[in-house]
Amino acid sequence: MLTPKARGALSEAVLEAMRVRPADMTPACATPAESRDDEQVTLWALYELHHRGFDDVDDELEWDPDLLALRRRLERTFEARLRERWSPPAELPGPGSFAEAFFAFVEGHDGASLAAHVHRDADTEQVLELFRLRSVYHLKESDPTAWLVPRLGVGAKAALMELQYDEYGTGDPNRLHAHLFARGLEACGLSPEYGAYLNDVPVEVLEQNNAMSLFGLHRRLRGAALGHLAAFEATSSLPSRRMAQGLARLGLAREMVDYYDEHVAADAVHEQLAVRTVCGSLLVAEPALVGDVFFGAFSCLDLEDRVARHLLAQWAA
Amino acid sequence: MSAATPSGEFEHPDVVICPGGPVLLRGEHVVADEQGRTHRTTRPVTAVCRCGKSATQPWCDGTHKVLPPRSRP
Repeated sequence: MLTPKARGALSEAVLEAMRVRPADMTPACATPAESRDDEQVTLWALYELHHRGFDDVDDELEWDPDLLALRRRLERTFEARLRERWSPPAELPGPGSFAEAFFAFVEGHDGASLAAHVHRDADTEQVLELFRLRSVYHLKESDPTAWLVPRLGVGAKAALMELQYDEYGTGDPNRLHAHLFARGLEACGLSPEYGAYLNDVPVEVLEQNNAMSLFGLHRRLRGAALGHLAAFEATSSLPSRRMAQGLARLGLAREMVDYYDEHVAADAVHEQLAVRTVCGSLLVAEPALVGDVFFGAFSCLDLEDRVARHLLAQWAA
Repeated sequence: MSAATPSGEFEHPDVVICPGGPVLLRGEHVVADEQGRTHRTTRPVTAVCRCGKSATQPWCDGTHKVLPPRSRP
């Protein structure tokens, strides 16, 4: 993958510096962000250095101190924004009532649903656009969560691996979820190449992806990362069925219907594991993280809501 | 998932009944549905429907969550 298109002065300067590697990176990194788009695409590119990198950037820059300092500056702004959007409930559940309280919290979040639109109303062009946007995450599905593994105690670590093992195809590359999505993209006539559609995605999708990298890369935010995972899994099974039915209605490729069918079954399991055993084990060992678990869950639901509202408004226009 | 000492034993049951939801089966099993047809599990942990409303019997598809609380298992 090549570096994405700049979206303002900061990304222009930083992406250029990443490509040419000037003797002094400081001036590029000190450029103020022009917009949220500019800030988020820069942060996305900085995170990508820790995922798969870019063909036009030296791998050495993953640990460049100037880029790390810039990443930290952007992350502080971004995390503060995510926390501002969140109003913690007056009372948080103890370990004994966590699972039921968590499921009730997720069910009580009344967000816009892209799956409902795809199920009944979307046309093929809209669904293909949705796949392009989803590809930014689905082609690295579960990867930000994998960063959590060394940061957890025995119970939560084993629980997370039980779930992740399934996400990664139980050792069979043909069953790896990100690969199933790549096959679905190709069968729909879209590019299965990692990062191919980054330049097409709105800032809401960048924020959604950056939040997962933010939570995954900071040990301090392990509670938020696992809360995000649990909310993601708990809002996947039923919407995946609606997606599969919508794609069948439009006669879209069997491979993509299979991807969503796989998520109906897998995530009916994963939501139970993520809430009860992964977050449950984490909170038995570290009960003080319960607030962050709910913060991460809210962020997951809220960021998806923003993506959905953006797309539904665009399609209604 | 009980709190254990650093070298303690953790609970890790093979069958887990989820309140209001499915039953989880760890490992390989052959499950007979209500018609007596058998289905082999294919993933490390499998969720078996308990509410009776799943469209993918005998497996859970999350439908229990849209049932009124009284109708959940």
